[in-house]
Amino acid sequence: MTNLENNSIKNKNMRNTDSSTTLSTTLSTTDKVALSLKKRHKKEKRFKSFGLSAVIFGFMLVLVLISDITFKALPAFHQHWVKVEVNYKNTWLNIEDSSKQSLSKANYRSVLKKSLYQMFPTTSGKKLSRKDKRQLFQLFSTNAEFTLKDTLMASPEHFNKQVNVWIRLDDDVDSYLKEGFSSGEAGLRLSQQQAQWIAQLNSEQRIESRFNVSFFTNSDSREPELAGIKGALTGTLLTMFVTLLLSFPLGVAGALYLEEFAPKNRWTDLIEININNLAAVPSIVFGLLGLAIIINVFGLPRSAPLVGGIVLTLMTLPTIIIASRAAIKAVPPSIREAALGLGASKMQVTFSHVLPQAMPGIITGAIIGIAQALGETAPLLMIGMVAFIVDVPTSIVDSATVLPVQIFLWADSPERAFLAKTSAAILVLLALLLVINVTATVLRSKFEKK
Amino acid sequence: MALLLGFKNMNSSLLFFTLISLTLFSYWFGLQRSLKVAGGAEHKKDLTCLPEQFGLLTAMVCGLPALITLLIFNSAEQIVIEQLLTTTLPTSIQAFSSIDLGLYLNNIRSMALSETTQSLLVGITNNSNLALQEQYKAALTLQELNQQAIWLKTGLVLVIACVSVIVLVRKFSLTFQARQKSETIVRLLLVASSVIAILTTFGIVISVLFESIHFFKSVPIADFMFGTQWSPQTAMRTDQVGGSGSFGAIPLFAGTMLITFIAMLLAVPVGLMIAIYLSQYASAKLRAFAKPMLEVLAGIPTVVYGFFAALTVAPVIRNVGESFGLSVASESALAAGLVMGTMIIPFVSSLSEDAISAVPNALKEASLGMGATKSETVIKVLIPAALPGIVGAILLAISRAIGETMIVVMAAGMAANLTANPLDSVTTVTVQIVTLLTGDQEFDSPKTLAAFALGLMLFITTLGLNILALKVVRKYREQYD
Repeated sequence: MTNLENNSIKNKNMRNTDSSTTLSTTLSTTDKVALSLKKRHKKEKRFKSFGLSAVIFGFMLVLVLISDITFKALPAFHQHWVKVEVNYKNTWLNIEDSSKQSLSKANYRSVLKKSLYQMFPTTSGKKLSRKDKRQLFQLFSTNAEFTLKDTLMASPEHFNKQVNVWIRLDDDVDSYLKEGFSSGEAGLRLSQQQAQWIAQLNSEQRIESRFNVSFFTNSDSREPELAGIKGALTGTLLTMFVTLLLSFPLGVAGALYLEEFAPKNRWTDLIEININNLAAVPSIVFGLLGLAIIINVFGLPRSAPLVGGIVLTLMTLPTIIIASRAAIKAVPPSIREAALGLGASKMQVTFSHVLPQAMPGIITGAIIGIAQALGETAPLLMIGMVAFIVDVPTSIVDSATVLPVQIFLWADSPERAFLAKTSAAILVLLALLLVINVTATVLRSKFEKK
Repeated sequence: MALLLGFKNMNSSLLFFTLISLTLFSYWFGLQRSLKVAGGAEHKKDLTCLPEQFGLLTAMVCGLPALITLLIFNSAEQIVIEQLLTTTLPTSIQAFSSIDLGLYLNNIRSMALSETTQSLLVGITNNSNLALQEQYKAALTLQELNQQAIWLKTGLVLVIACVSVIVLVRKFSLTFQARQKSETIVRLLLVASSVIAILTTFGIVISVLFESIHFFKSVPIADFMFGTQWSPQTAMRTDQVGGSGSFGAIPLFAGTMLITFIAMLLAVPVGLMIAIYLSQYASAKLRAFAKPMLEVLAGIPTVVYGFFAALTVAPVIRNVGESFGLSVASESALAAGLVMGTMIIPFVSSLSEDAISAVPNALKEASLGMGATKSETVIKVLIPAALPGIVGAILLAISRAIGETMIVVMAAGMAANLTANPLDSVTTVTVQIVTLLTGDQEFDSPKTLAAFALGLMLFITTLGLNILALKVVRKYREQYD
């Protein structure tokens, strides 16, 4: 009560100084609260809608990112081929007979060129000019002559005959066709003349869009229409193999020691602080370590999945140790005590009771670590996995590149067709990550049910 | 595995497999020996330990010392062989500078790898050029040395494996404590695994520190820390114009801070609001859906963000900016910063959510009981109480942004501009590390060493932020426990 009286006295004093407070003096505290309630509720609503819009904004970002990349990637999954009338004339091939030996060294480029000139006689009957010839030849993939070779080698009876062969179009033409220009219109890097040729081929129904198998079966190439991800994918698998082989046992062993055996002293504290800090060290620093120590001191080969795997192991080890420790900590102490009570040694308790119990959590942690390593690029740039490598690596000491680095390399390429390739490679990488994460979730729920 | 290790290392992988089979065999051998000591399978109860434990110990004693020898041998092999080879070279070549000698040795190495012994011999006899003859001879010596090393390695590893098994097995008796001994070994292995973390840190410090000290010998540390001019191109020839290179890292630090600042400007409010909404307002259903959805953002590889920033966000920003009549660099700091912010949102939101939900419920309920609205409770009670945790989260996020590489490599520029304009192009520490170390490099030039000095700065900064963040969070925990 005295409080209220005090208030009213205060109000009286204030009335003299400020006329605008007149209203409030006539109201009790409850009324004041009731009056301000509307404003406060409005504030509450505003705050809540801020929160909701932040969440929606987050969703939007995910959607925009994924749909942008998917949309850009779609053109990469199909490719235009063209049916060409090829004349395997012996004079053009520059060989006498159709034996395997002579077929393998015949001149297929001239066959391709001359067959093409025959297909496109100029309207006036004139011969094609030199510039026209060059422009015409540019429409087809540089790989076309090898396609001709493979076709003839596979069926030598075509020797000296005219046959239809499907060959790849050049990436510029491929992009042009995918962009949906109207027939015969010059565009992208195609001239009027070239566009008309394409229109002619189209009207004769010689052009066909096929699923781009070579994207999955070829390795990197300077020619976008030939470039594929097989080499990078193999490199990724080899690197992940090394990473898993090293980081899983080491991580589990380290976690077991720290959780089950380590005495509480400064040394253990030091290890713990170390692990926590390593988890936050930028990945590129691990690349510097790999370059300066693993390559320059130990002399392991540059660009090899072995070195990549070791660097990624060092990087993911903290993640795996931290996750494994949490899983081991979650094993109820009653299990340990029961086993100890039956006379098992500390080591037996650890390996036959604690470890199996903690396994689901440990596996989940390891998978998260591997997923992290799978998408990592920066440290691998440092150890030279960024080179242009055409061969598919066959061992962990071969030069190789990995999928994220391939994405980085392609993203840098000026050719328009590489844009779609890059996006498609990203989709493959994201799909891999999705599979890995889903596996982790499924494994966890399966183990938990048990 | 043999396939994986490849043809070149056929001998190494073959040895590795022999060792593994030997280890498996010694498990069986140890087991049988223990039974024999006991006097047959029916008397195995007389042994102190199970026969399997005898087997396990034998396998470990067989495999481990041999494996360690193999690893040490492999890592030291190259250096020793190189030293031996150098001593056989003529004195005129030995007097080369270390770089020239390295090149010369490289030549010989590739020659020894690519050619057969016969063709080398032919090369020696058929070549009149004395210098070339010397090279062929050296390559031949190298091949011989390599061959000897392989024999030595194989012999050493196998002898160690066999001898240690024999020595062990001779000690077997009824009271032999096989289990205790094997447990000691396992324990040592566990300790060794946990020490790897320390070794890694040590390795990082050594690798960046030594190269940095090397670098600071040619470029004074003050010039590096406070110089405002960054152009690391050093001259190929000494008489070249403008090729001395300047290594003032201030523009890089400024660029890094600018991009980090932009990223935080996006990530902190959005991340914090998401954390508040999901922990205080959202239904369980929405939470179950939203959390994994946002985790997608955290799981996307940074190279994908880099691609998105460079090819989608940057052109959009450029177009929008130009429609307002602003000049926007095609590799603007804004694009890289915004995309980096996107990447960090889930990081901030999950850490702040942890901090908010760690606030004792009593505080929240007391505030609500007094009639405060939810938003008032959040702003006046929960956030102040969770502030140390949130600050820790933000510090960790900053450390993350500073160390992030791929987004800035792909979306930020190379030019070291000293500017605070987010529409301009800036470069960062990580971008320069990548630029300096990819492509052609000679190991001892200031240009490559500068990358390690930048790496040192990066390591110290992120480590400092991290330790600070952990300290802040730990202090806060003590308050309520």
